[in-house]
Amino acid sequence: MKSGRLLTSVVAPAIALVIAFGFAAIALLLVGIDPITAYKEMWVFGTTPESLIITVNNAIPLFVSALAVAVGFKMGLFNIGVEGTYLLAALFAAYVGAQFSTTPVLHVTAILLVAVLVGAFWAWIPAYLKVKRGVHEVIATIMLNYIAFALSAYLFLNVFRAETAGLTIATDLIPETGWIPSLNPLLTALGIEVRAGANLHGFLVIAIVLGVGYHYLVNKSRFGYDLRASGINPTAANASGVDPKKMIIRTMLISGGLAGLVGIAPLLGFYHQYPQDFPRNFGFNGIAVALLGRNSAVGMAFGALLFGFMQRSALILDLRDVPKEIVTIIQGIVVLAVVIVYEVVSKYVQRRVIASAAAATDFDPVTSGVAA
Amino acid sequence: MAQAPAIQLEGVTKRYPGVVANKDVELTVASGEVHAIVGENGAGKSTLMKIVYGMVRPDEGTITIEGAPVNFRTPKDAIDAGIGMVHQHFMLADNLTVLENVILGSEPRSGVMIDFEGASERIRILGESYGLRLQPNQKVEKLSVGERQRVEIIKVLYRGAQILILDEPTAVLVPQEVNELFDSIRDLREEGHTILFISHKLDEVLSIADRITVMRDGQTVGHTTPAEVDSRQLAEMMIGSELPSPETKESTVQEEVLLDVSDLAIFSESGRPVLEDINFVVRKGEIVGIAGVEGNGQAQLVDSLLGLAPTSTGSINLAGKSMVGLETRERRAAGIGLIPEDRHRQGLLLPSPLWENAALGHQYKEPYANGIWIDKKGTREHTAEIVRRFDVATPNVDVPATALSGGNQQKLVVGREIMAGPVVLIAAQPTRGIDIGAQAAVWEELKTARAAGMGILLISADLDELIGLSDTIHVLFEGRLVAKLDPSEITPEILGSYMTGAEEKKAS
Repeated sequence: MKSGRLLTSVVAPAIALVIAFGFAAIALLLVGIDPITAYKEMWVFGTTPESLIITVNNAIPLFVSALAVAVGFKMGLFNIGVEGTYLLAALFAAYVGAQFSTTPVLHVTAILLVAVLVGAFWAWIPAYLKVKRGVHEVIATIMLNYIAFALSAYLFLNVFRAETAGLTIATDLIPETGWIPSLNPLLTALGIEVRAGANLHGFLVIAIVLGVGYHYLVNKSRFGYDLRASGINPTAANASGVDPKKMIIRTMLISGGLAGLVGIAPLLGFYHQYPQDFPRNFGFNGIAVALLGRNSAVGMAFGALLFGFMQRSALILDLRDVPKEIVTIIQGIVVLAVVIVYEVVSKYVQRRVIASAAAATDFDPVTSGVAA
Repeated sequence: MAQAPAIQLEGVTKRYPGVVANKDVELTVASGEVHAIVGENGAGKSTLMKIVYGMVRPDEGTITIEGAPVNFRTPKDAIDAGIGMVHQHFMLADNLTVLENVILGSEPRSGVMIDFEGASERIRILGESYGLRLQPNQKVEKLSVGERQRVEIIKVLYRGAQILILDEPTAVLVPQEVNELFDSIRDLREEGHTILFISHKLDEVLSIADRITVMRDGQTVGHTTPAEVDSRQLAEMMIGSELPSPETKESTVQEEVLLDVSDLAIFSESGRPVLEDINFVVRKGEIVGIAGVEGNGQAQLVDSLLGLAPTSTGSINLAGKSMVGLETRERRAAGIGLIPEDRHRQGLLLPSPLWENAALGHQYKEPYANGIWIDKKGTREHTAEIVRRFDVATPNVDVPATALSGGNQQKLVVGREIMAGPVVLIAAQPTRGIDIGAQAAVWEELKTARAAGMGILLISADLDELIGLSDTIHVLFEGRLVAKLDPSEITPEILGSYMTGAEEKKAS
C-alpha cells in the first residue's frame, strides 16, 4: 500500500516530467535550438531569488484556481467557469475596496468578502440551472464565462472605471489600508536578500490557509466524505442520505467562493486597482493544475509552482531568440503526460492491491468477473 | 493392474502474506475419471487449480502427474505434461476463426507455411469424436457462449492434453448447453481422458462426477462419490456444519408497530400508478416479506420508504413518527436501515477502502463522525468490529471494497446496517449472488436482529428465503399488494402463482 502511494504520488509525476521535457527537447531541436543549453538557461535564470519570488507569485492565483476546480472535481462537477468568475469578482472587489477606507485588517477582509460573494453568486447560477433544469454545468459555466467577460468589460468601461483619467485605464486606486502587504520584510528577517522589484505577495499566507482548509474539508470532514461519495458513486451516496441537489449547490458555492479569490493576490498585492489588462487565464490554467495535482492540496501546490516557474523562466528564452511558446508546449505535454502516466500507474497499483487482497482471501477477481 | 493416478497431490501448501490459501491439500485423481472439486468461494479451489496448472508454485508438498513427480514453473510446463485448462472466462480472439484460435500459439507448419488443412481436419476429427461440433472457418465473435467453450476445449485437446481442468464450466451456460457439455465430458472420459471439474453447483457435480473432493478453508476435508451422498450432505460437507435454512423457529412478533405504511401511492410523470394502495405494517420483532416478480414496484417501494423518490400520496410512519416530507438522511437518522438490492449500485463505494464503505449511510453519526469531522480512528475500529463479527474475509480494513468477493462485500453491507441498530431494516435481496456460507451467515444475522426486536422488511426473489424467514408475506403484483399470506401455510408453488397474478387474495 505504501509503495503504491509512493508510485502514484512521486514516481508518476516524475516520469511525466521527464516525458514532457523530452518531447519539448524534440520540439526545440526541430527549431534548431540545443535543448540542453535552453533548459540550462531557464534553470539558471529561474532559480535566482527574484525569479523564485515571482514563481511563487505566479503560482498563488493558479493554486487558488486549482482548489476551486478541484473541489468540484471531487464530486464529479466540472466548473469550467473559474476564468469568468475571478475576473468579475476581482473587478467588484477592486471597485468596492476603493470606495472606503478603514482599519487595514477590516478593509482587506471586506474586499475578500466581496470577492467571495461575487464568486459564489456567479457559480450559484450554473448550480441552480443544473439542479432545477438539468443543464449540464460544463455548458453553463462555459457560456457564463463569455457572459462574465462581456459583463466585466462593460461594467469596467461604463461604471467602475476611474473618472480621473490617468495614463492607464483602471478603477480607482484602493486606499493603502486595503492592500495586502508584501512578505519581503519577513524574507529579509530570515536573512534572504531580495532585490527591489520582486515583492512576495502576502496573499501567500491566505493561499496556504485555503490549501490546508481544502485538505481538511475534502479528506477529513463529513462534508468531504459526502462530496467524495457523490463523486465515486452518486446513487450510493444518495441512498446514504446525501441530497444530490443540495450537494451540487453547496459545492458550486464553495468552488465559486474560492474562484472569487483567484485574482486577489495580484489585485491587492500588486495592482491595487483593476486595470484593463488585469491578468487572464488563471481560471483555465487552474484546471490544468488541478489535473496535474490530482486534486490533492500538496500536489496542486507543486503543480502551481511548476507552472509558475515555467512562466517565469520562459522570459529568458525570449532574450535568447527562442520562441517562448515552447514553454506553453511543455505545460501542455506535462498535463497530458501526468494524466496518462497517472492512469497507467494507478491502474497498476490498483491491480496489485486487488490481487494481494484476493490472494489473501482466495478470491479470484478475474474469474469472478468483478474486475470487469 | 494398478495404474498410476493421473494427478496426485500430497501435503500441498500455499501461503500468502497473512493467510494460507491451501493447506496440506491431498488429492488423488485416478486416470480416466471425472473428478469434481467442490467448495465455496474462498475455499481454495482456484489456488489449487492454479497450482496444478503451473500458474502458482506451492510452498510445500509434492505433485505427481501420471506417476512422475513434477515441478511446474509455468503453465507451459503443465501443458507439456499433458494438462489443459479451460478457464471460466474464455481467452479467445473474437475476430479470428475457430481454426485460427485453436492453432494460435501452436501453429502446425508445413515448410514455412501454416498447414491449415491438416489442422482443420484434426479439429473436425476431434469435434466428431467428442460431440464438440464446430465449423473451423467461422469467426469466434459469431459463436454462442456454449460454442466458445467448445473452442476452448478443442484448443486444449488439440495440444494433446490428457488431463482437462474445467473451472466452473457450467457457470456461463444455459441448461441445454450444460447437457451437451456433460455429454462431451462423458465422451472424453470414454476415450481415456481425465477430467478435473470445479464447481459449486452440487446437483451438476452429483450427475457428472465419478468421485468428489470437498474443500473448505483451504484444506481438502473429504472425499466421496455421488453414490454415497446427496446434495444436502455434500453441501454440509462444504460448509462444515448443518445446512442452514432460512427457517425461523418461533415467533418473536410483538404488538408494537414500527413501520406503518398506509394508502401509499406513486404516480409516474404520465399519471400512471407505479404503486397504489400500499398498506402494511411491520411490528417489532417481525420480518415482513414482500414477494413479487421483479419490476412490480419493489424498487419504487424502497425508494419511497427512504425518501429517494417522492411519494405521491399516503403516509409512512416510523415508530409513530411521520416520514413523509423528510429527507433521506433524516429518515436514516430516524432509524431506517437499508441493505440495497444491488450492493454495487447503492451500497458501496467500490474504489474506496472498507472503512469508508462501513460509514456509508451512517457518516453523520458516531462512531463514524465526530462533530463535523469523520472520525477515522473510530470508523476503522468499528469497521474491524464489523469484519470480525460478520466474518468478512479481508486482509485489513484499508483494501478497496472492489477487492472483496461478492459474499464478503455483502457481509460488510449487512454488518454495517445491522450494527447501526435501525428501527426498521429494509433488506432487499439480502443474499443475492453470494454463496451458501455467506447466505447462512446473513440469515442468521437477520434472525438474531429480529429476535432482538428489529422490524425487517424483506424483499426477495428467493421464495424459500421469503417463506422461511418471514412472519408475514405480502405479494406485490403490478404495483399493488394483492395478497397477504401466512408463510406457514404456503409453498413456493402457491406463492409463485400469486406472484404471477394467477391467484388473488385481497390483502386484509
